[in-house]
Amino acid sequence: MERIPILRMGKLLLVTIQVDMHDRLAMTLQDDLTSRIVKDRAKGVLIDISSLDVVDSFIGRMIGDTAAMARVLDAETVVVGMQPSVAITLVELGLALPGVRTALNVEKGMALLTGTSPL
Amino acid sequence: MPSDDKTAGPVGADGQPPDEIMPIRSDEQIVRLRRLVREKAVAHGFSLIDQTKFVTAASELARNTLIYGGGGDVHLYTLRRNGRVGLRLEFIDNGPGIADLARALSDGYTTGNGLGLGLGGAKRLCDEFEIRSAPGEGTHISVTKWKPF
Repeated sequence: MERIPILRMGKLLLVTIQVDMHDRLAMTLQDDLTSRIVKDRAKGVLIDISSLDVVDSFIGRMIGDTAAMARVLDAETVVVGMQPSVAITLVELGLALPGVRTALNVEKGMALLTGTSPL
Repeated sequence: MPSDDKTAGPVGADGQPPDEIMPIRSDEQIVRLRRLVREKAVAHGFSLIDQTKFVTAASELARNTLIYGGGGDVHLYTLRRNGRVGLRLEFIDNGPGIADLARALSDGYTTGNGLGLGLGGAKRLCDEFEIRSAPGEGTHISVTKWKPF
Protein backbone atom coordinates (compact mmCIF):
# COMPACT_ATOMS: atom_id res chain seq x y z
CA MET A 1 0.00 0.00 0.00
CA GLU A 2 1.16 3.50 -0.85
CA ARG A 3 2.58 5.40 2.16
CA ILE A 4 4.39 8.64 2.91
CA PRO A 5 7.73 7.82 4.60
CA ILE A 6 8.36 9.12 8.14
CA LEU A 7 12.00 9.62 9.18
CA ARG A 8 13.21 9.75 12.78
CA MET A 9 15.97 12.14 13.82
CA GLY A 10 16.59 11.84 17.54
CA LYS A 11 13.41 13.00 19.27
CA LEU A 12 11.94 14.40 16.06
CA LEU A 13 9.88 12.89 13.26
CA LEU A 14 10.35 14.31 9.81
CA VAL A 15 7.86 14.00 6.96
CA THR A 16 8.35 15.40 3.49
CA ILE A 17 5.18 15.20 1.45
CA GLN A 18 6.27 14.98 -2.16
CA VAL A 19 3.18 13.62 -3.86
CA ASP A 20 -0.27 15.06 -4.44
CA MET A 21 -2.05 12.99 -1.79
CA HIS A 22 -5.47 11.53 -2.32
CA ASP A 23 -7.71 11.63 0.74
CA ARG A 24 -7.09 8.09 1.96
CA LEU A 25 -3.33 8.58 1.69
CA ALA A 26 -3.63 11.74 3.82
CA MET A 27 -5.59 9.85 6.47
CA THR A 28 -3.03 7.02 6.42
CA LEU A 29 -0.27 9.56 7.05
CA GLN A 30 -2.21 10.97 10.01
CA ASP A 31 -2.62 7.49 11.49
CA ASP A 32 1.04 6.60 10.85
CA LEU A 33 2.31 9.82 12.42
CA THR A 34 0.28 9.50 15.61
CA SER A 35 1.38 5.87 15.97
CA ARG A 36 5.02 6.79 15.45
CA ILE A 37 4.86 9.66 17.97
CA VAL A 38 3.97 7.12 20.64
CA LYS A 39 6.24 4.31 19.42
CA ASP A 40 9.32 6.53 18.98
CA ARG A 41 8.50 8.78 21.98
CA ALA A 42 8.87 11.75 19.66
CA LYS A 43 8.75 15.28 21.07
CA GLY A 44 8.43 17.05 17.76
CA VAL A 45 7.00 16.55 14.27
CA LEU A 46 8.20 18.48 11.27
CA ILE A 47 6.01 18.36 8.16
CA ASP A 48 7.59 19.74 5.00
CA ILE A 49 4.95 20.72 2.44
CA SER A 50 7.23 22.72 0.14
CA SER A 51 6.52 20.30 -2.73
CA LEU A 52 2.74 20.68 -2.44
CA ASP A 53 1.25 23.07 -4.98
CA VAL A 54 -2.28 22.51 -3.64
CA VAL A 55 -3.57 22.22 -0.08
CA ASP A 56 -7.35 21.99 -0.06
CA SER A 57 -9.65 21.88 2.97
CA PHE A 58 -9.23 18.11 3.40
CA ILE A 59 -5.43 18.17 3.47
CA GLY A 60 -5.54 21.37 5.54
CA ARG A 61 -7.81 19.74 8.06
CA MET A 62 -5.58 16.65 8.19
CA ILE A 63 -2.58 18.88 8.99
CA GLY A 64 -4.50 20.79 11.67
CA ASP A 65 -5.90 17.60 13.22
CA THR A 66 -2.48 15.95 13.20
CA ALA A 67 -0.97 18.92 15.04
CA ALA A 68 -3.77 18.76 17.63
CA MET A 69 -3.34 15.00 18.10
CA ALA A 70 0.43 15.40 18.41
CA ARG A 71 -0.08 18.04 21.11
CA VAL A 72 -2.27 15.67 23.10
CA LEU A 73 0.51 13.10 22.73
CA ASP A 74 3.04 15.62 24.09
CA ALA A 75 4.68 16.46 20.77
CA GLU A 76 4.95 19.79 18.96
CA THR A 77 4.25 20.06 15.24
CA VAL A 78 5.74 22.57 12.84
CA VAL A 79 4.64 22.81 9.22
CA VAL A 80 7.35 24.22 6.97
CA GLY A 81 7.76 25.41 3.42
CA MET A 82 4.22 26.39 2.48
CA GLN A 83 4.22 28.02 -0.95
CA PRO A 84 2.87 31.61 -0.96
CA SER A 85 0.16 30.76 -3.51
CA VAL A 86 -0.99 27.90 -1.26
CA ALA A 87 -1.07 30.21 1.79
CA ILE A 88 -3.14 32.81 -0.08
CA THR A 89 -5.58 30.16 -1.32
CA LEU A 90 -5.96 28.49 2.08
CA VAL A 91 -6.84 31.75 3.81
CA GLU A 92 -9.30 32.69 1.07
CA LEU A 93 -10.82 29.25 1.36
CA GLY A 94 -11.44 30.03 5.03
CA LEU A 95 -8.81 27.77 6.55
CA ALA A 96 -6.14 29.75 8.38
CA LEU A 97 -4.82 26.69 10.26
CA PRO A 98 -5.16 28.09 13.77
CA GLY A 99 -3.05 26.23 16.27
CA VAL A 100 -0.54 25.03 13.71
CA ARG A 101 2.98 26.40 14.07
CA THR A 102 4.70 27.19 10.81
CA ALA A 103 8.20 28.07 9.67
CA LEU A 104 9.54 29.15 6.33
CA ASN A 105 11.90 26.23 5.84
CA VAL A 106 13.17 23.01 7.40
CA GLU A 107 16.10 24.71 9.12
CA LYS A 108 13.90 27.27 10.88
CA GLY A 109 11.36 24.58 11.72
CA MET A 110 14.05 22.41 13.30
CA ALA A 111 15.22 25.38 15.32
CA LEU A 112 11.68 25.96 16.62
CA LEU A 113 11.36 22.32 17.65
CA THR A 114 14.78 21.99 19.26
CA GLY A 115 14.65 25.39 20.92
CA THR A 116 17.86 26.58 19.30
CA SER A 117 18.02 29.77 17.30
CA PRO A 118 18.63 29.42 13.56
CA LEU A 119 21.64 31.18 12.07
CA MET B 1 -25.23 29.37 -19.13
CA PRO B 2 -28.94 30.19 -19.46
CA SER B 3 -30.41 30.53 -16.00
CA ASP B 4 -33.90 29.45 -17.08
CA ASP B 5 -32.64 26.04 -18.19
CA LYS B 6 -34.23 23.50 -15.87
CA THR B 7 -33.08 20.35 -17.62
CA ALA B 8 -30.89 18.02 -15.60
CA GLY B 9 -28.25 17.43 -18.25
CA PRO B 10 -25.18 19.52 -18.88
CA VAL B 11 -26.05 22.85 -20.44
CA GLY B 12 -22.47 23.49 -21.45
CA ALA B 13 -20.98 26.79 -22.40
CA ASP B 14 -23.39 28.27 -24.95
CA GLY B 15 -23.78 24.92 -26.64
CA GLN B 16 -20.03 24.41 -26.91
CA PRO B 17 -18.99 20.80 -26.32
CA PRO B 18 -16.67 20.18 -23.35
CA ASP B 19 -12.92 19.79 -23.98
CA GLU B 20 -12.83 16.95 -21.49
CA ILE B 21 -15.23 14.87 -19.43
CA MET B 22 -13.84 13.17 -16.35
CA PRO B 23 -15.59 10.80 -14.01
CA ILE B 24 -15.37 11.54 -10.29
CA ARG B 25 -15.91 8.23 -8.55
CA SER B 26 -12.79 7.80 -6.37
CA ASP B 27 -10.18 9.71 -4.36
CA GLU B 28 -7.64 9.07 -7.11
CA GLN B 29 -9.87 10.72 -9.71
CA ILE B 30 -9.96 13.89 -7.58
CA VAL B 31 -6.15 13.93 -7.77
CA ARG B 32 -6.32 13.38 -11.54
CA LEU B 33 -8.76 16.26 -11.89
CA ARG B 34 -6.42 18.54 -9.90
CA ARG B 35 -3.60 17.61 -12.30
CA LEU B 36 -5.76 18.17 -15.40
CA VAL B 37 -7.02 21.57 -14.20
CA ARG B 38 -3.47 22.61 -13.34
CA GLU B 39 -2.24 21.61 -16.81
CA LYS B 40 -5.04 23.55 -18.51
CA ALA B 41 -4.49 26.65 -16.36
CA VAL B 42 -0.74 26.57 -17.04
CA ALA B 43 -1.34 26.08 -20.79
CA HIS B 44 -3.56 29.17 -20.88
CA GLY B 45 -1.04 31.27 -18.99
CA PHE B 46 -2.95 31.77 -15.72
CA SER B 47 -0.85 33.20 -12.89
CA LEU B 48 0.42 30.78 -10.25
CA ILE B 49 -2.03 32.15 -7.68
CA ASP B 50 -5.00 31.86 -10.05
CA GLN B 51 -3.93 28.34 -11.01
CA THR B 52 -3.76 27.37 -7.35
CA LYS B 53 -7.12 28.95 -6.51
CA PHE B 54 -8.90 27.23 -9.38
CA VAL B 55 -7.28 23.83 -8.75
CA THR B 56 -8.23 24.11 -5.07
CA ALA B 57 -11.83 25.03 -5.94
CA ALA B 58 -11.94 22.06 -8.33
CA SER B 59 -10.70 19.77 -5.58
CA GLU B 60 -13.35 20.98 -3.10
CA LEU B 61 -16.18 20.60 -5.59
CA ALA B 62 -14.99 17.20 -6.83
CA ARG B 63 -14.94 15.94 -3.24
CA ASN B 64 -18.51 17.19 -2.77
CA THR B 65 -19.54 15.40 -5.97
CA LEU B 66 -17.97 12.20 -4.66
CA ILE B 67 -19.10 12.33 -1.04
CA TYR B 68 -22.48 14.06 -1.19
CA GLY B 69 -23.47 13.35 -4.79
CA GLY B 70 -22.36 9.72 -4.74
CA GLY B 71 -20.01 10.40 -7.66
CA GLY B 72 -20.59 12.12 -10.97
CA ASP B 73 -18.85 13.77 -13.85
CA VAL B 74 -16.96 16.98 -14.43
CA HIS B 75 -17.00 18.75 -17.78
CA LEU B 76 -14.14 21.09 -18.61
CA TYR B 77 -14.52 23.96 -21.08
CA THR B 78 -12.16 26.57 -22.44
CA LEU B 79 -14.11 29.81 -22.98
CA ARG B 80 -13.15 32.75 -25.15
CA ARG B 81 -15.18 35.89 -24.68
CA ASN B 82 -14.30 39.44 -25.74
CA GLY B 83 -10.68 38.48 -26.15
CA ARG B 84 -10.44 36.86 -22.72
CA VAL B 85 -9.74 33.23 -21.95
CA GLY B 86 -11.58 31.43 -19.20
CA LEU B 87 -11.75 27.94 -17.79
CA ARG B 88 -15.08 26.50 -16.74
CA LEU B 89 -15.77 23.35 -14.78
CA GLU B 90 -19.22 21.84 -14.46
CA PHE B 91 -19.76 19.27 -11.74
CA ILE B 92 -22.78 17.09 -12.34
CA ASP B 93 -24.17 14.42 -10.08
CA ASN B 94 -27.46 12.61 -9.72
CA GLY B 95 -27.26 12.40 -5.95
CA PRO B 96 -29.88 13.43 -3.39
CA GLY B 97 -29.52 17.15 -4.19
CA ILE B 98 -29.42 20.07 -1.79
CA ALA B 99 -32.59 21.22 -0.03
CA ASP B 100 -31.34 24.51 1.37
CA LEU B 101 -28.87 26.11 -1.02
CA ALA B 102 -28.31 29.28 1.03
CA ARG B 103 -27.40 27.21 4.06
CA ALA B 104 -25.16 24.87 2.04
CA LEU B 105 -23.22 27.88 0.80
CA SER B 106 -22.60 29.31 4.27
CA ASP B 107 -19.24 28.58 5.85
CA GLY B 108 -19.22 26.01 8.60
CA TYR B 109 -22.41 24.25 7.58
CA THR B 110 -22.02 20.59 6.70
CA THR B 111 -24.21 17.51 6.66
CA GLY B 112 -21.11 15.30 6.53
CA ASN B 113 -17.81 15.13 8.38
CA GLY B 114 -16.17 18.02 6.57
CA LEU B 115 -15.44 21.54 7.67
CA GLY B 116 -18.28 23.02 5.65
CA LEU B 117 -15.87 25.20 3.68
CA GLY B 118 -16.16 23.46 0.33
CA LEU B 119 -19.01 25.28 -1.42
CA GLY B 120 -18.52 28.74 0.06
CA GLY B 121 -14.75 28.43 -0.26
CA ALA B 122 -14.93 27.29 -3.89
CA LYS B 123 -17.24 30.21 -4.66
CA ARG B 124 -14.73 32.69 -3.20
CA LEU B 125 -11.87 31.18 -5.21
CA CYS B 126 -13.60 31.54 -8.60
CA ASP B 127 -14.91 34.46 -10.67
CA GLU B 128 -18.28 32.93 -11.49
CA PHE B 129 -20.25 30.37 -9.55
CA GLU B 130 -23.64 28.88 -10.36
CA ILE B 131 -25.45 26.12 -8.59
CA ARG B 132 -28.64 24.30 -9.46
CA SER B 133 -29.97 21.66 -7.16
CA ALA B 134 -33.15 20.36 -5.64
CA PRO B 135 -33.98 17.33 -3.49
CA GLY B 136 -34.05 14.25 -5.70
CA GLU B 137 -32.74 16.08 -8.74
CA GLY B 138 -28.97 15.95 -8.25
CA THR B 139 -26.62 18.88 -8.20
CA HIS B 140 -25.08 20.87 -11.03
CA ILE B 141 -22.37 23.38 -10.16
CA SER B 142 -20.53 25.57 -12.65
CA VAL B 143 -17.40 27.54 -11.77
CA THR B 144 -15.39 29.80 -14.07
CA LYS B 145 -12.05 31.51 -13.73
CA TRP B 146 -11.13 34.22 -16.24
CA LYS B 147 -7.59 35.14 -17.05
CA PRO B 148 -7.13 38.87 -16.37
CA PHE B 149 -6.15 41.08 -19.29
